[in-house]
Amino acid sequence: MAEARDYRAIGTRPVRPDGVDKVTGRANFGADMTLPNMIHGKVLRSPHAHARIKSIDASRALRLPGVYAVISGADFPSGAEGEISGEGGGTVSDLAKNIMARDKALYHGHAVAAVAAKTAFLAESALELIDVDYEVLPPVLDVDTAMADGAPLVDEHQRTGGGQGDAPSNIAAITKFERGDPEAGFAAADVVVEGAYRVPTAHQGYIEPHACTATLDEEGRATVWCCTQGHFDVRSMTAGVLGKSVGEIKVVPSEIGGGFGGKTVIYLEPLAVKLSELTGRPVKMVMSREEVFRATGPTSASHCRVKVGAKRDGTITAATAWLAYEAGAFPGAPVGPGCMSVFAPYDLDNFRIEGFDVLVNKPKAAAYRAPGAPQSLHAMESTIDELARKLGMDPIDLRLANCADEGTHAPYGPTFPAIGIKKCLEAAKVHPNYTTPKADGTGRGIAAGFWFNIGMQSSAEVRLSEDGTVTVMEGSPDIGGSRASMCLMAAETLGVPYNIVRAHVGDTESTGFCNVTGGSRTTFATGLAVVQACEDIIAECKQRAAMTWDIDADQVDWTDGEAVPKPGVNIDVAPLSLADIAGNAGRTGGPILGRASLNAQGAGASFSVNFADVTVDRETGKVDVLNFTAIQDAGTAIHPAYVEGQMQGGAVQGLGWALNEEYIYDDNGVMENAGFLDYRVPVASDMPMIDTQIIEVPNPSHPYGVRGVGETPIVAPLAVASNAVSDALGFRISDLPLSPPSVLAAIDGHDEA
Amino acid sequence: MARVVFPEHLLQHTGGTREIEVHASNYRGVVRAVDKQWPGIEQVLIKSAVAIDGQIYQDAWLEPIREDSEIFFMQRIEGG
Repeated sequence: MAEARDYRAIGTRPVRPDGVDKVTGRANFGADMTLPNMIHGKVLRSPHAHARIKSIDASRALRLPGVYAVISGADFPSGAEGEISGEGGGTVSDLAKNIMARDKALYHGHAVAAVAAKTAFLAESALELIDVDYEVLPPVLDVDTAMADGAPLVDEHQRTGGGQGDAPSNIAAITKFERGDPEAGFAAADVVVEGAYRVPTAHQGYIEPHACTATLDEEGRATVWCCTQGHFDVRSMTAGVLGKSVGEIKVVPSEIGGGFGGKTVIYLEPLAVKLSELTGRPVKMVMSREEVFRATGPTSASHCRVKVGAKRDGTITAATAWLAYEAGAFPGAPVGPGCMSVFAPYDLDNFRIEGFDVLVNKPKAAAYRAPGAPQSLHAMESTIDELARKLGMDPIDLRLANCADEGTHAPYGPTFPAIGIKKCLEAAKVHPNYTTPKADGTGRGIAAGFWFNIGMQSSAEVRLSEDGTVTVMEGSPDIGGSRASMCLMAAETLGVPYNIVRAHVGDTESTGFCNVTGGSRTTFATGLAVVQACEDIIAECKQRAAMTWDIDADQVDWTDGEAVPKPGVNIDVAPLSLADIAGNAGRTGGPILGRASLNAQGAGASFSVNFADVTVDRETGKVDVLNFTAIQDAGTAIHPAYVEGQMQGGAVQGLGWALNEEYIYDDNGVMENAGFLDYRVPVASDMPMIDTQIIEVPNPSHPYGVRGVGETPIVAPLAVASNAVSDALGFRISDLPLSPPSVLAAIDGHDEA
Repeated sequence: MARVVFPEHLLQHTGGTREIEVHASNYRGVVRAVDKQWPGIEQVLIKSAVAIDGQIYQDAWLEPIREDSEIFFMQRIEGG
């Protein structure tokens, strides 16, 4: 469909429509909801990483004046069926057990009971009066221990692959991909490089904690207000956990203060609905930052081993990857996409990939920007960097010699259509930041990134007001500027100015079904629905114009936002604008609206190339990033400032994970740094300006060539940081984070050796 | 005949067979043909994504299949 061309609206940079509300505090986020007679819910969380719950006695809490209800796992239906979509999804049954523990607490912070009380303070006080009798069990806290023979079992019923046979295991699933003959490939290689790499547990770090408010009407129908990446999925997951029909639940999304994948799942909503059901009052629940860290999904820590063999000219002859990811307390680590990503930037004839989904006593992993890819590509791109050093090749030239291109049989199966990795590498090679030699005492690192991007289901309605202004109604929560992108695509399609189009995100009863805002799908898939809904409007407008002019609709063209007779149609009429047609709609058949619902297919993969220069203070181990350049294929950048913002935000998140972010646990599985003081995300003063260069290789499956752009940016920075720090030090540090204590220990160890 | 390729995680359902050829006019027909050969596999396939001639699809029952199409079943991807 798409080919590069000039647009009127697309590619411009209008001011974001939600910006003023957000900077003035007028925007309503998850915790801003207030209802008459509203009470407050709080959650009692396990102080143990692994413990059998022998009994829960809430009688003392319930005697406290102002306490209305206490719930625990026994208050929820057992045997919930169904599956949660997505690579980290798992089953509804596991989701229910994650939201409220049943017979065992599986991580420090696992919910074991919840209270509803008149005030949040009273609810907190009541938690201390709930008596829980635990039998403390030994925790298992990393993949190596969890995979070893005789390891404590997180779930005594878990079999590898979910079957009934064999012995119980912490290995929930094994994924394999293989092509060609890797052993023969290594035998044919002149140089073989291998390494083992560890990436720590990290949190998405969204600024807004999880929050929701729920109320039930007299007929038992629930309304839930919450901050989420997908309110239709909140509806189905909440219904699944509570044993209700989706028709009994309405979900209203608020503005969202970041999600990055972590708000594609639920934690509070079924608790709030259940407490509201028991008390007959609206119940509001807001997590603290500590709860967000202890009890919501981080991304997986990983242990990856990668081996690559190559000829002297740089041609890769074979590669293998062994990837073990922490799932947390329930199956569902993003190791599948990790396996599918690890060699995606390359055209390989011989490879083997093995992935392990491993249970540990930590919170269940949730999606985080390009789930699974940063970990595996950190390992691959670090190994490629080592290979370039051994071969004495420029790391971009080595990648160019082996990169995937249109027609490459991707390691995960399909054949790539037009993709942008080669153009990104070529752009990097001539970029001024790369052609400028690095300064003395600094290190330079480069790495490639990849994400699949997805389509899935979306709906949109476009409504024409009587003065010709346009309202877009859609169901994809706006986490990255999608309302502006929807307006730009609507304006482009209709041929009208951007400033007469407004986009709104409707609740589950106000607009058609949309899957979550995730997988970099919204601008592609919901955008496609908006374009089709606008085409619906145009068809109707042509019909109305034809009716006005007493000609057939196929004698009418739509040009620059106006209906005009087709060339050769012999009538003398003035063009009819959108406003003209809208103003006359009552006389020509009634209000005009367009709509589309679809399951979008053909989301185009997005590749990136990033590079940076760093210095390392050998006395303190502190790494300073001097400059960072992000180059990425966006297909077509609908709103380039937002695309650049995604690239910059992803780079900063990736660098934060690489340089400082990690969950620090004691031997009992207690997270010791559950706050932003000790879990250190980058702040503005830590970062240089992130330079961006958008490459546009239009996606042939979208009318404007859109690819997703939101996830790829976080993938490459991990290896960029590793490669740059290793270059600066003259030896490799394989494990992340490259925090001052870790780097200093590595320097000391290297100096002693 | 369209060429259907099974990834490693589906081999337990195909008795180790990696590749077959089927006659089908659309994707749903492919799934039915595969299920005819290995009864019950449909329940696994409908949870998979599929790449048809290089393009990735999810829940694409009506997607047309050519005589020379290549069909790769693969794990679903969603993302964050």
